[in-house]
Parts: sequence; structure tokens; C-alpha cells
Amino acid sequence: MVKADLARAVYETHGGLTHQESKEVVKLILDCIKSELLRGKNVKLSGFGSFRVISLKARRGRNPQTRAQMRLGPSRRVTFRPSRLIKV
Amino acid sequence: MTKAQLVERVAGNSSLTRKEAEVVVQAVLDSIVHSLKSGTKVELRGFGSFRLRNRAARIGRNPKTGAKVHVPAKRVPYFKPGKDLKELINS
Repeated sequence: MVKADLARAVYETHGGLTHQESKEVVKLILDCIKSELLRGKNVKLSGFGSFRVISLKARRGRNPQTRAQMRLGPSRRVTFRPSRLIKV
Repeated sequence: MTKAQLVERVAGNSSLTRKEAEVVVQAVLDSIVHSLKSGTKVELRGFGSFRLRNRAARIGRNPKTGAKVHVPAKRVPYFKPGKDLKELINS
């Protein structure tokens, strides 16, 4: 499933949007979530799950190919925790 | 940001009313869940992908009584941030 499939779902549910508008609104939703995460804020979507930005400390890693040790700087990462309401 | 705030922002940045934005946001989330339920992964370019990961069965413990309980194997939704999101968040 890709963005176009979500756009189709929006098109069918809303009824009053064109395909192009549906596509744009899906992109808008994802961009809103993304920009919030980029600002370091968490996004909690009830009934779906929450996206969190976590900070990782600097650590030692290895290049798996050359096995050379290297230092990895502190970084941030997005994690997702599914709502307990969604059973798959 | 909560779902209500997301709806608010979507309405503010489009020609949709708040009510319409709510319907649309919910449709998107429901479609993702529905797709995962049917075992199909969801790949959203520039954002990330949702897929299922298998969890093996294990012996758990009831934290209150200490009794061993069998926890069956299951599938859990997993989100993998896309390259774009991964890089942007560290810049």
C-alpha cells in the first residue's frame, strides 16, 4: 500500500474531493506529522499509536563490512508505539 | 500534537472544514490499520513504512503472583522511519 492508495480511501470516504485534492490532503497530513516530529515533538494519535522522538547517546559502532571500530555521534530517532486498540 | 490538533492543522492548511478534516484524517489512519490487518505493508515515501514483525512465543510471568504464563507468538505493527525523515531529524 502506498500514498496513492490512501488518497483513494480519502476520495471514497469524503465524496466531495477530486482525486488530486485527495492526494494533496494525504500529503498534507503526513507533512504535518513530519514537521511536528522534526521540531522534536511527539505525535499522539488516539486509537492509532504515538510517534516519539528519542535521543540516542553517542556510542561505539563497527562498520559491519570492514569491522573497523568507529564512533557514532549522539542522534535522534523516530519511534512508533502502536495503540493497544489496534490488534493485527 | 494530538489527533485533534492534527485535524485542526489540516483544516487550517486546506479548504476543508474541521469536520471534513476529521473524517479524512480518520480515513487515512483506518486505511493504514486495515492494510496491516490484512498483512500488507504500507510504504509512504518521504515518511516511512509500517509493516508487521513477528514476536516469538515466550514464557512470561504474572508480575503480581510470579506465576509462569505462556505468551503466544504474535505479530506487532512496526514503523520504520524513511530515509528522508531519518536524515532530516538529525540535521
